[in-house]
Amino acid sequence: MAQFITLTNGGSCPAEAVPVLRYDDFAACLKDEVHAGAGICSFFGVPHARQLRLYIVLVKKDEATLAAGAMDVGQSYAALTPEFPALHLFEREIYEQFSVLPQGHSRLKPVRFDGTDSPQVGDMDFFKAEGNDVHEVAVGPIHAGVIECGHFRFQCLGEIVLHLEISLGYHHRGLEACFNQNPQKNALPLMETLAGDSSIAHAWAFSTLRESLNHTAVTRRAQTIRAIALELERLANHTGDLGALAGDMGYLPTASFCGRLRGDFLNMTAMLCGNRFGRGLVAPGGVNFDLEEALCLHLEKKLRPAARDVYGAVDLLWETPSVTSRMMEIGVVPEQAARDLGLAGPAARASGLRRDVRITHPLPGLQESQLTMQVEKSGDVYARARIRLDEIHESVSFILRELGGLHGQAEPLRAGSAGAPGVYGRPSTFGAALVEGWRGEICHTALTDAAGRLQRYKIVDPSFRNWIGLALAMRGGQISDFPLCNKSFNLSYCGVDL
Amino acid sequence: MLHGLIERLRQKKRTAAYPGKPPVLPERFRGLPLIAEAACQTGSCGKACASACPTGAIQTHDNGLSLDLGLCIFCAACASACPHAAISFSREYRLAGTSREHLVIRAGRCGQAEDNPGDIPLLVPLDRKLRSMFSRSLKLREISAAGCNACEADCNALGNILFDVQRFGIDFVASPRHADALLITGPLPKNMRLAVQKCHAAAPNPKIIIAAGTCAISGGLFRNLSGQGKGVPELFKPDLYIPGCPPHPFTILDGLLRLLGRI
Repeated sequence: MAQFITLTNGGSCPAEAVPVLRYDDFAACLKDEVHAGAGICSFFGVPHARQLRLYIVLVKKDEATLAAGAMDVGQSYAALTPEFPALHLFEREIYEQFSVLPQGHSRLKPVRFDGTDSPQVGDMDFFKAEGNDVHEVAVGPIHAGVIECGHFRFQCLGEIVLHLEISLGYHHRGLEACFNQNPQKNALPLMETLAGDSSIAHAWAFSTLRESLNHTAVTRRAQTIRAIALELERLANHTGDLGALAGDMGYLPTASFCGRLRGDFLNMTAMLCGNRFGRGLVAPGGVNFDLEEALCLHLEKKLRPAARDVYGAVDLLWETPSVTSRMMEIGVVPEQAARDLGLAGPAARASGLRRDVRITHPLPGLQESQLTMQVEKSGDVYARARIRLDEIHESVSFILRELGGLHGQAEPLRAGSAGAPGVYGRPSTFGAALVEGWRGEICHTALTDAAGRLQRYKIVDPSFRNWIGLALAMRGGQISDFPLCNKSFNLSYCGVDL
Repeated sequence: MLHGLIERLRQKKRTAAYPGKPPVLPERFRGLPLIAEAACQTGSCGKACASACPTGAIQTHDNGLSLDLGLCIFCAACASACPHAAISFSREYRLAGTSREHLVIRAGRCGQAEDNPGDIPLLVPLDRKLRSMFSRSLKLREISAAGCNACEADCNALGNILFDVQRFGIDFVASPRHADALLITGPLPKNMRLAVQKCHAAAPNPKIIIAAGTCAISGGLFRNLSGQGKGVPELFKPDLYIPGCPPHPFTILDGLLRLLGRI
């Protein structure tokens, strides 16, 4: 019986070790894995000998490992989406990038409008409801607030949303494709601006792969500093999200307090590396800035009162019945739907899925993080808000613990050389890395050619998997609930558009 | 209700003393780069800084080098690469300028204008007529033209109680019809072009164009990628350039206030 290969998180293997299966075996293996609870992280094409080789990366449920496999397809193949809905956008992407037709996919619409013969961005056949009282609401690409661009098309019956279709691509910068040309000096800055509010997470995933493909061992100290920065990133964004949710409910004290506190966490990141978004901190081989004892103490002195202020600000939400009732039973994503659609991060955990790779698939050196997974059941706006508050508590305790543990460790910040110039890593190697960013698991996959240059670099931001969750959350809801639902997901546009 | 009041007292007043007092930025903050003329030895070092720069912001000339803040992402790769430690990043946050040339730094001097005595880029305030219209009330329509959400986040931060941009009569509005200025972030790739043009057409004249962040000024990291994001100047001539990746909220605020002649 054919099987996928098992990898560790951040691990790599010779490219030929990734089994290339026949279509039927591939589908059967995928079915076995998904039935055993594995989640789909990535599915992408690589041109190979006049065919297209499709690679899949899965995160296993009960083992701290990943699974990977491949199959070759010609001009078309039977779409996997009908059986594995989580692949819906991946197959659309493959169709757009390579014109390989997944037969039986019911919505083969453009993803980024970046193909050579793509229509004008946003010009697509939107799903349409018909009937006397049905009307359509179009929002975007430019939204009312200071926010990224995308187009939302609602089909409504009165105030009730029958369907929401989301059309992105406006932020397409050409970021992923340029990695096939082996960028050298701008690779890391590009990762940091891939989704600018997740700079640390993407830079870490990229660096992990580079290290893995070059056998570079990162010191415990460097890994700990990365982990602290990742939690600061989570704190800033979760705090900002709770404030924004409060603002959209018209509960202004929390909105106002959290707006300031978000900045406090960004400033802590700037204390560490000079940039509020963590740019310049993470690099292949380790980190560029140290957390000396004095800085540890200074950071702790800033973190404790900021955390207290966040708890004080956010607890007001939970003490105010008109606020909690506004969030309850709004924008519900049931557990089964979250599982089928392959949601990630707080959106998945709010619907009862136990998925957090910091805990289930920790990166080397971080196996003893003592983080507890935060899971809710109700899958509504309330659950997605509650998860954020609980994760804020976890992240604060984690940082305080790790700051204490950094004293006295004398280890280098950057280990060895992370690769020769002009070469990405070991030749003909396949590697995958998952990092749990604040929106969920980020998956980077690298494949090198016989000369050690990048043949394919695939990036999956959690937003790529979660936008469909927002669309589903709106079904049957009131259109006036949209801002609240949208904030409770707070997804990235450029993370999808790349 | 009572808890709300108690919490309000606990959270204290937090609005920055700026512009009365200069802001205190972290020690490791990377602001205006400085080029030490005496230390720089172009020619003998193989142009290490220029080849390390991920965006091509550094040019070498016979008489030293120049660094274009409109391309710089403040990563400090040049400073690490220079064998003579001729480049350093100061904590100077005032980076905005009113012309593209003002953003080009040379050893010991900012901007190319001979009459610029300061060590920050030259910023000429609006003329009297525009100032009388906008200096006490400026409504901004922010457009994220494929920004990565860092510039957007720090524009949003201007509205929080620390920066409190509204105390200067500056605010973000939803409709371009209500806007006096378009503040554009991101490299403006081809998939954003039509939307930005429509938004620009919808804003009443006279309108001020502000390019905030390195991407908006030049396309930055993205200018040679397939998305063709080459920055705002491809479509309109900006009246104000605010460098940074992303610009610090104080950098944006400083640029706006100086443009309006408020500081």
